[in-house]
Amino acid sequence: MLDQVTQTTHNPSLTAWPSDGVTRVPYWIFQDRGIYAAEQKRIFQGPSWNYLCLAIEVKNTGDFVTTFVGDTSVIVARDSDGELYAFENRCAHRGALIALESRGNAKAFTCVYHAWSYDRQGNLKEVAFKDGIRGKGGMSPSFCMEQHNPRKLRLAEAFGIVFGSFSNDVPPLEEHLGEEIHSRIGRVLGGRTPVVLGRYTQALPNNWKLYMENVKDSYHASILHLFFTTFELNRLSQTGGIIVDPSGGHHISFSAIDTAAGNNKDYAEQNIRSDSEFKLADPSLLQSFKEFPDNVTLQILSTFPTFILQQIQNAIAVRQIVPRGVDRTDLHWTLLGFAEDTPEQRMIRLKQANLVGPAGYISMEDGCVGGFVQRGIAGASGEEAVLEMGGADADSSESRVTEASVRGFWKAYRAQMGL
Amino acid sequence: MTDIGGLISHVQNAYARCIDNGNLEEWPDFFDDICTYKITTSDNYSLGLEAGVIFANSKGMLRDRVASLREANIYERHSYRHFFGQPWIVSEEPDAVRSETSFMVARIMRDGTTDVYATGRYIDLYRMNGGAPKLRERIVVCDSSRFDTLLALPL
Repeated sequence: MLDQVTQTTHNPSLTAWPSDGVTRVPYWIFQDRGIYAAEQKRIFQGPSWNYLCLAIEVKNTGDFVTTFVGDTSVIVARDSDGELYAFENRCAHRGALIALESRGNAKAFTCVYHAWSYDRQGNLKEVAFKDGIRGKGGMSPSFCMEQHNPRKLRLAEAFGIVFGSFSNDVPPLEEHLGEEIHSRIGRVLGGRTPVVLGRYTQALPNNWKLYMENVKDSYHASILHLFFTTFELNRLSQTGGIIVDPSGGHHISFSAIDTAAGNNKDYAEQNIRSDSEFKLADPSLLQSFKEFPDNVTLQILSTFPTFILQQIQNAIAVRQIVPRGVDRTDLHWTLLGFAEDTPEQRMIRLKQANLVGPAGYISMEDGCVGGFVQRGIAGASGEEAVLEMGGADADSSESRVTEASVRGFWKAYRAQMGL
Repeated sequence: MTDIGGLISHVQNAYARCIDNGNLEEWPDFFDDICTYKITTSDNYSLGLEAGVIFANSKGMLRDRVASLREANIYERHSYRHFFGQPWIVSEEPDAVRSETSFMVARIMRDGTTDVYATGRYIDLYRMNGGAPKLRERIVVCDSSRFDTLLALPL
């Protein structure tokens, strides 16, 4: 029996980042309410481009959606000039939500509380009983409606994906993403017309950053997800790699068919579960069609802070991460097809949709593993995670046995948080 | 009408008992060889959106779902308890009955945490199969679009 324990509190400071750069991540970063509040200001309302919706979801004049930028509820609407506008879903009067539905079509937005009304650009246009009744009551004559609007967002689109920002300091979207990231959004979505096939929300029992770490973690994919590996959808020995942009915040993990990579010796030697025998009764699940000129069968792309574009064979989806508190996160999935799909191609997409989402053969585990961390670190706020796989940098790499893009996330995060 | 309702109610209870007792290997046998099983949301269903969280159009795919849950997927141990309303018979032909049934599913986690995991309705097409009805189609329409953590066991 152990009669002495090793004192291992690495980082007694619960506010300062450890001295080992991005190879260490302090656990209080996933637990602290002050950090959560600071993220809202410095990241979500700061110099970032946040995913709002797809342009096709707000196609016609008057179409609107309500979405989130961090905690902030946001309305995106298309006005009669054909342009999109986005503004806080918060009445300038007393702060109530202006729109209550997830989507719809509206000529104007009227707050239910006192009927203050806004146009589709977020401008206050009417204040009920502004001049009072029979000369009594009403607003002061000096009240100027133009000075009372919900905060508006800058908007930009990349291949039909609508991003918004509360900040004037973030560079234009294309420059912010960089050519490598921007062009690979185009690889999936460019030159065709996306169609929403379905939507759902996965409620994750963990801090939002744990999900983003998981998305960027190419090291875990073939180890945690047995389904993925066994059917050769993704093995670390396939060709592929990761791309991390210079800021660290955006990444791509991709793999491509490599007929030469038939050697399973690397896996057998690691004694990983991934080597077990497993056959499908109905292999039509994995029959795919050639959709892209290249051989890339998987491309997971993320942009800081909370957007993911997924291509897993022919399963295309966007995911939006919405923080709901220190240890709660909503993951909004939008599954996509394209207007150009044949009925056979559409059926393949529907079948491959089984790979993702809360019941996804692949994604299921990602839904619970963040919760395992959140619960695992509950009593260990002074301890820290180790991110040394593949070195200490946050650079692009031909190997996916690396945590470089996770380190990249923390590099961008620390810069924006001033940590 | 009562007989049909009673027969379908009987099959539904057997279906719940199968899943709730953990006999997932028997679950595909409630379906015809050519069948559709889908779990989706009320929003998707009412908007006519095709994709949901699970889609299978063969009994083989249902067997694969069970095999994957048993052998491949990682999730914390949990079980369900299904509760059903009375089946509403939508239409009745000699060998094809359409019905709708409300359900509520409680999820019991390893640590004892018990929550209402899902409510919704089954929109079913049964082949009556001489008194041993088989599901030709089951669309599980969940009232909520939100799924907590993950959906492993079938609804």
